[in-house]
Amino acid sequence: MGSAISVSGLVKTFGSTRALDRLDLHVVPGEVHGFLGPNGSGKSTTIRVLLGLLRADEGSARLLDGDPWHDAVALHRRLAYVPGDVSLWPNLTGGEVIDLLGRLRGGVDEKRRDDLLERFDLDPAKKARSYSKGNRQKVALVAGLASDAELLLLDEPTSGLDPLMEAVFQDCILEAKSEGRTVLLSSHILAEVESLCDRVSIIRLGRTVQSGTLSELRHLTRTSLAVETVRPVTGLDQLPGVHDLAVDDGRVRFDVDTSSLDAAVRHLSKFGIRALTSNPPTLEELFLRHYGDEVGDPADQPAERAVDQPAERVAR
Amino acid sequence: MSTLTGTGAMVRLVLRRDRIRLPVWVVAVVALLMSSVASVSSLYTTPAERRTYAAAVGDNPVAVMMGGPGAGLPSLGAIVVFEIAVLGYVTVGLMSALLVVRHTRAEEEAGRTELLRAGVVGRHAGLVAALAVVAGASLAVGALMLAGIVALGLPVVGAMALAASFVAFGLVMAGVAAVAAQATEHPRGASGLALAALGLFFVLRAVGDVADSGLSWASPMGWALALRPFAEERWGALVLPLALAAAFVAAALALVDRRDVGAGLLPARPGRSTASRWLSGPLGLAVRQHRASFAGWATGLFLLGLAYGSVGDSVEQLVSDNPDLAAFFAASGTDLVDSFFAVAASFMALIGAGFALQVATRMRGEETAGRLEPLLGTAVPRWRWAASHLLVAVVGTTIVLGLAGLGLGLAHAVLTDDPAQVGRLTAAVLVYAPAVWTLVGVVAALFGLLPRAVGAAWAVLAGCAFVVLLGETLRLPDWAMDLSPFQHTPQVPAEAWAAGPLLALVAVAGALVAAGLVGLRRRDLTT
Repeated sequence: MGSAISVSGLVKTFGSTRALDRLDLHVVPGEVHGFLGPNGSGKSTTIRVLLGLLRADEGSARLLDGDPWHDAVALHRRLAYVPGDVSLWPNLTGGEVIDLLGRLRGGVDEKRRDDLLERFDLDPAKKARSYSKGNRQKVALVAGLASDAELLLLDEPTSGLDPLMEAVFQDCILEAKSEGRTVLLSSHILAEVESLCDRVSIIRLGRTVQSGTLSELRHLTRTSLAVETVRPVTGLDQLPGVHDLAVDDGRVRFDVDTSSLDAAVRHLSKFGIRALTSNPPTLEELFLRHYGDEVGDPADQPAERAVDQPAERVAR
Repeated sequence: MSTLTGTGAMVRLVLRRDRIRLPVWVVAVVALLMSSVASVSSLYTTPAERRTYAAAVGDNPVAVMMGGPGAGLPSLGAIVVFEIAVLGYVTVGLMSALLVVRHTRAEEEAGRTELLRAGVVGRHAGLVAALAVVAGASLAVGALMLAGIVALGLPVVGAMALAASFVAFGLVMAGVAAVAAQATEHPRGASGLALAALGLFFVLRAVGDVADSGLSWASPMGWALALRPFAEERWGALVLPLALAAAFVAAALALVDRRDVGAGLLPARPGRSTASRWLSGPLGLAVRQHRASFAGWATGLFLLGLAYGSVGDSVEQLVSDNPDLAAFFAASGTDLVDSFFAVAASFMALIGAGFALQVATRMRGEETAGRLEPLLGTAVPRWRWAASHLLVAVVGTTIVLGLAGLGLGLAHAVLTDDPAQVGRLTAAVLVYAPAVWTLVGVVAALFGLLPRAVGAAWAVLAGCAFVVLLGETLRLPDWAMDLSPFQHTPQVPAEAWAAGPLLALVAVAGALVAAGLVGLRRRDLTT
């Protein structure tokens, strides 16, 4: 089996809205793959196509070596889906919903279910209508994680969970990974993605703008440096890859492309470094650079660059 | 701070949300009633024609059941009242009850009331605003009816009385719905309670009028008719429905003061922590989702059957009291009791179709609520999920119709001491099952091919009801009447059995369901 999920050139339009615009996504078996993007960028639409709930207009989508539309039912026996906005049958209890969804998939591992109920601190005897958003989310998570599915499709599964439950969730995902399961995790919580994911795909406006391992992606980002030197620093602005330079009475602050870090530090050492603090690149910075400042700055568009090169090439 | 703060803003919100729905309700109700008024005034122009009409219907229990006591016949105004008053109460009552629930309990369950009440909005503002708008809708119906009837040249005072009786009954039903919306946590339960009350009002009045007992005075619908439009109006009768409406509204407001937002009157109880083995598949889930409403519909229709069955005896009484009528029926070769039961059966079949549509249209509700998505994320094929709901609709309504017929037959069998009536009258209602299945097929086809238009199935049912209730009166062309599946059902026991039309209906229903399932397999899920 080559890949758990293989999507290329996927297009889905709703009327005049192009929700997915040649999206690419490749998930390797056994990995936890982060799926990032701002609201409305097409994450849920992609997952719905992968579930065979929506039909792709163009492009190809393969899931566990099957066709998500034609082989939907056979594929669904092997995967579990947790939606981000969980809507439950108001007159069923949480326990009944968990059992029902498990049985519809082919069976419930009762020991595992009870264990998860305890870890997520969920009362299964309450009617679904009385659950809070977080508790409804727990119902869907327990139902998904209690299955023996080889692929977990999680669409912002922790948006309603408290920090304690977030930690339980992260443990569960790491366990799933150690069992050899594949996870596609769509999320807004960058710290969660950083601590769980092997690889990440970032999408924007229905297109994949970047994809790769976290360290590869960090490579594309900038490190912030704050330096105190014996002599005033000169010539730093001449170096390639230096941005947002601010000189302030023997101190300089600037951001530097990770590829130019070595040259910058070598240049600085000529002026006698007294103190140096560096902030490593974060996913958040990467995210903000793609969706924040650069949206209004067409001169510097790494996003477009990454689209021109297929995402897999960036990953390698 | 006053509990009514923000009522004005809430009124504007209700009007903004229903800027299409409200005019459609009002215009549809008025158009339905006025078309009947217009046809009556063009059909019965001479005194002789009116006398013939009065002789045919005045003591005919089938007609009295649907039309009321017929005070003032044979004047043209009284004929209008006889033809449209009860239909008007039912439609205005439906409008009021459904709109009140929509703007009170449905909003509360959706969580939007919480959002509003967290703002500067008094506790009673939402309910009072909904009631004000709905009262306005009833008044609009009344005003348009008054204008229309007067325009056709009928006496102004009588027209005012008839219009006032519509408004008064609309207010009563708004009050009933306001109380029902406090009692249950779910809009479906609240509408169910209000419609059950509407059914009860109708049955009490129908039985009271047919048996000519005082029972009609137990029903607000009886009070509305006691106003006697066009027949020496008794304006004092207006006090009763207005007082009752005020009492219901006061009770609803008092209940708002006593309960939590989002809660009903009964506290929520914990349930099972694991699913029973029945809840293992889409069919188990569908049964679970519909069983409560099934129990309500089954009980209601069984009781309605008993009510109709229990007046069959007085039909015979009435006929023997009226030699002219007896001679008329003897000459036409139909048995009056049997035609009464045939009409009652078609009427109960129309109501039973409401259950079928409620179950079948739930498919779309599940899809838009986002509950279908996690189900189809498991190993459940789409067709199997849809087929589960359709099966519950088909089997469920068949049982409901059977129970309605059983009630009819049991009551009549006891009164006539003739056990054979049980089977005979059960069959009289059950014979409509294929027609109802056709409506289920319409929902299935819409759901698969035009999911956003699933609600149109209710309009189809309304059209069928229109044909059954008014088709003959309005002398609709045959092709228009033939569009209704109910028209193709043999009117057992007044007519002979015929298997051909029933098999054709089953085939149409099957084809519609098949088209719907194929469409569902090919389309995107939408919300």
